[in-house]
Amino acid sequence: MTGVLIRGATLLGETREDIRIRGGRIAATGRLTAELDERVIDADGLVALPGLVDLHTHLREPGAEASETVLTGTRAAASGGYTTVFAMANTSPVADTAGVVEQVHALGIQHGYATVRPIGAVTVGLDGERLSEIGAMARSRANVRVFSDDGTCIHDALLMRRALEYVATFDGVIAQHAQEPRLTEGAQMNEGALSGELGLSGWPAVAEEAIIARDVLLAQHTGARLHVCHVSTAGSVEVIRWAKARGIAVTAEVTPHHLLLTEELVRGYDARFKVNPPLRRDDDVRALREALADGTIDIVATDHAPHPAEAKECTWAEAAFGMVGLESALPVLQTTMIETGMLDWEDLARVMSSAPAAIGRLDGYADPLTEGAPANVTLVDPAARRFWSRNDLRGRSTNTPYTGVELTGAIIATVHGGVPTVLDGELRPADEVAAAAARLREAARG
Amino acid sequence: MKHLLSTRDLDRATAVGILDIAEDMARTADREVRKLPTLRGRTVVNLFFEDSTRTRLSFESAAKRLSADVITFSAKGSSVSKGESLKDTAQTLQAMGADAIVVRHHGSGAAHMLAHAGWIDAHVLNAGDGTHEHPTQALLDAFTMRQRRYGADSRGRDLEGMRVVIVGDVVHSRVARSNVWLLSTLGADVHLVAPRTLLPSGVETWPVTVHEHLEPALALDPDVVMMLRIQQERMHAAFFPSAREYAREWGLTAERFAALGPDTMVMHPGPMNRGLEISSAAADSSASTVLAQVTNGVFIRMAVLYLLVAGSSEESA
Repeated sequence: MTGVLIRGATLLGETREDIRIRGGRIAATGRLTAELDERVIDADGLVALPGLVDLHTHLREPGAEASETVLTGTRAAASGGYTTVFAMANTSPVADTAGVVEQVHALGIQHGYATVRPIGAVTVGLDGERLSEIGAMARSRANVRVFSDDGTCIHDALLMRRALEYVATFDGVIAQHAQEPRLTEGAQMNEGALSGELGLSGWPAVAEEAIIARDVLLAQHTGARLHVCHVSTAGSVEVIRWAKARGIAVTAEVTPHHLLLTEELVRGYDARFKVNPPLRRDDDVRALREALADGTIDIVATDHAPHPAEAKECTWAEAAFGMVGLESALPVLQTTMIETGMLDWEDLARVMSSAPAAIGRLDGYADPLTEGAPANVTLVDPAARRFWSRNDLRGRSTNTPYTGVELTGAIIATVHGGVPTVLDGELRPADEVAAAAARLREAARG
Repeated sequence: MKHLLSTRDLDRATAVGILDIAEDMARTADREVRKLPTLRGRTVVNLFFEDSTRTRLSFESAAKRLSADVITFSAKGSSVSKGESLKDTAQTLQAMGADAIVVRHHGSGAAHMLAHAGWIDAHVLNAGDGTHEHPTQALLDAFTMRQRRYGADSRGRDLEGMRVVIVGDVVHSRVARSNVWLLSTLGADVHLVAPRTLLPSGVETWPVTVHEHLEPALALDPDVVMMLRIQQERMHAAFFPSAREYAREWGLTAERFAALGPDTMVMHPGPMNRGLEISSAAADSSASTVLAQVTNGVFIRMAVLYLLVAGSSEESA
């Protein structure tokens, strides 16, 4: 079958329409009659969203394929409704050359589950000393526009200034992991009464806020764009709000886990809750939700960070930082932001698709679900409720913090560039997806 | 009681109960045959990921006096230093038939992890985890205070009306944390003294009075002054400028010691840095309980092992 007809979906939660997909694009919307060569998806009661875009994913390939690969990570992404992921640079080797980013980019195309846009390292080997070949990565087939040393902070003020200026030359953006390193040496969890009681080294909010404050001033001074990764504190929100009011070109992301979970979970020393930046207080969660609702925080990004079981089955201090998050992101957002009335579906489409696409200079997501746009579509069943479990994961690692948590919303179908990657709530087989993607590429060329 | 992980979990009756059992254990020390048959046929494993000869010997001695079989597993130079995980080590010990595991680990929460991760069934006794807790140290401190205060009339008593001043590196001290929870549960009036750099965040939520300087706390005529060990490397991490300045501001100098009341006890969990946190005049005086603390440590550890291991078999019988 060459086409897809989505029947009776509620577009962005507003109007009920049918969506016709042909040749990788949205061919028509409205009231449509199925044609013989079309696969019909019954979307009665489902919300149609644009394909989701994650600006912050760790795919782990090359180097840590035991945790995740481009294939397994994009399968996890597709099952979570994503059609594009930006792959972080902290692989081994580091994504600091055109060769590495082109390789990762090509694997995404080959597998077909999602568009993979590699993020380039700002500094060689993430060592924070010399700029990597930003121009070469920007001009490569991977078309890199987001640069980040995520995992470590670009703490040298001069290097940060130069990086902002240099990346601006290529219309790129620096995505900063804001963590003052000296204030967080050995840090294990949010600094506060609980860290004092548990005897775990604190990660103080000021270590994030101080870097963001410096960086927005550098962004103002240089006129360059700055993107702040995984904002986690109420104080950071205040700084970003101030910067935006002054017209500084800063954007910010929040992770789903920082919108739902708090440091209280650390009490049992279960390392599934160990993440960087750490889970914070109730007040921070509230401030982050409000900031996402009022636009101070622009987007949701998962910081999907797969780790093997042994990296979490150990004492807290020895365990790795990070949680997987692609599969659970939309359910967490529905639970925390839609059900609370803080966002509607149109807002959700903005913070999880068009806005991250715009920050990453990703084409095809500006006018989603309209005739002629690339066919990136996600169908959500907003009535679904379930207690989250490892069985809901599709990537290679199972370090989810949500097991046993009741979440609303489920991804029923995902279409990536016209290729169904999820149907009836299940991933389509890898060979089918790869072949369909290859056919569409051929057709586009021919 | 299945495990002893933290003194926070103990209510006053349970804590007094442990101290009373330790009194019974202390009485057996005067007998000709000191050994009790209580844990005959049981295996107690001392799992030490961190060097601590004193604590290890104290637990070994306690388990042996209860006739348990004792295995000591020192992580240094073993498979653990070759990358074996806590999980594998614990499961190996369980497979060898450990009834109780006494664990000392550099990571906060390690004992909690062993007890609750579902890896093993054995009783877990926390012998110090990172900068979190060291519950048997606090119990032996409370036991020592009670004994000094009440002597043969100790049984059944709590620490109501006693004023305890704890001085030093609270932020890095598991001894301080365990003592704060236990002593306040037992009714003592607990004061902490340290420069701000050595106080944990959130200390204002603890059931204590905090002082930044030593004199005002000593002026309260405390029953107990407990000096915590200062690690010399702290001054390199800018917690305080120099050993000399620390000793001058927060050390129990001979002058400060001389000004204490005649019945004030001077405690130290050991090992001491003489001339830094404590002067020899204080350490060697009759006010010092340092050696009594070592002796009492064995009785407390006997009491806890008895409660955990023998106590549970009575329940299941």
